Amino acid sequence: MADFALPRNSKVQDGKAWPKTEGATNTRDFKVYRWSPDDDDNPRVDTYTVDMDTCGPMVLDALIKIKNEIDPTLTFRRSCREGVCGSCAMNIDGTNTLACTSFNSDIKGDVKINPLPHQEVVKDLVPDMTHFFAQYREVEPWLKTDSQAPERERLQSVEEREKIDGLWECILCACCTTSCPSYWWNADRYLGPAVLLQAYRWLADSRDEATGDRLDNLEDPFRLYRCHTIMNCAKTCPKSLNPAKAIAEIKKMMLERQL
Amino acid sequence: MSLRSPLGRARGLGSAKSGTQHWWAQRLTAIALVPLTIWFVIAMVAATGSDHASAREFIGNPVTAVLLILLIVATFHHAQLGLQVVIEDYVHTKPVEIALLIAVKGAAIVLALIAIFAVLSIAFGGA
Repeated sequence: MADFALPRNSKVQDGKAWPKTEGATNTRDFKVYRWSPDDDDNPRVDTYTVDMDTCGPMVLDALIKIKNEIDPTLTFRRSCREGVCGSCAMNIDGTNTLACTSFNSDIKGDVKINPLPHQEVVKDLVPDMTHFFAQYREVEPWLKTDSQAPERERLQSVEEREKIDGLWECILCACCTTSCPSYWWNADRYLGPAVLLQAYRWLADSRDEATGDRLDNLEDPFRLYRCHTIMNCAKTCPKSLNPAKAIAEIKKMMLERQL
Repeated sequence: MSLRSPLGRARGLGSAKSGTQHWWAQRLTAIALVPLTIWFVIAMVAATGSDHASAREFIGNPVTAVLLILLIVATFHHAQLGLQVVIEDYVHTKPVEIALLIAVKGAAIVLALIAIFAVLSIAFGGA
């Protein structure tokens, strides 16, 4: 059966309350998931009291401030700090999103920060993305053609180009995939919303000549049809994309080649 | 512990090249069940208080009998397709999963046949 309860060594415990900065008046509590592979301790939630008068507006600013000024052992991924790289995807205030594009001021009460759900944790807020990117590689996300390469660019009409709008913007942060209950239960075989959106990005590209092979590769009760239109993906996407719609379009293509 | 590469694991046994028929059948039976269920509920409400003989007469009517059989087929087919998805989602022990899938399909076929047989026997004036 699917595991509905956490294993004993994964139960999250109350952690340490770190002392607040001297003289800080306008403070905010950040409750952050901690786990380290270097000891046998259970995961815990540490509380950091941050001086908001000297903190930037975003959740990522607060995390960087904590790492710089309070606890250098706090581990998280970040790079571009402007919602383009997808590195700082984490569960903030109960929703998968990017720390760099989330305002502290939009969150009521304490700021609760956890790693992306239902993934193996490497350390603290860093999930293991190996399988996610292997699944991305599995759909062969590159242009495939048999025709001889043209002398110049491969042309697309304006209308054809518009068909990949809402798809190319995906930054593969995995917020949607790790918010999907169907992916939680069947990640070994279900490709998940992000990878399926990326697969559709190539199905919808007029320059690609491998549409049939791509559909063959996806036509599977688990790879594609584990999507039960739960819609968490569309709700959580920090780039406001709609993976559920992309998956529905793939299903329509599957039907179209049979009817 | 497996030393298989991440890509090998993601590819697994490859695509089963099926699933579209299942998905399409589930949608079609769902759409068919909308009018059939509304008709059935209205007919049952209208039959409130009527006696056994008029119930038999109602079921024996060719139009009613055929609609009832369609309702039975759509209901059990749809139920089987839906339960199959639930089992595939949550039951990850292969032998248990396969046993449950066969049991659900078998139960759906047996129950549907019993119900269809009951309608036909009334329609053809049997027991």
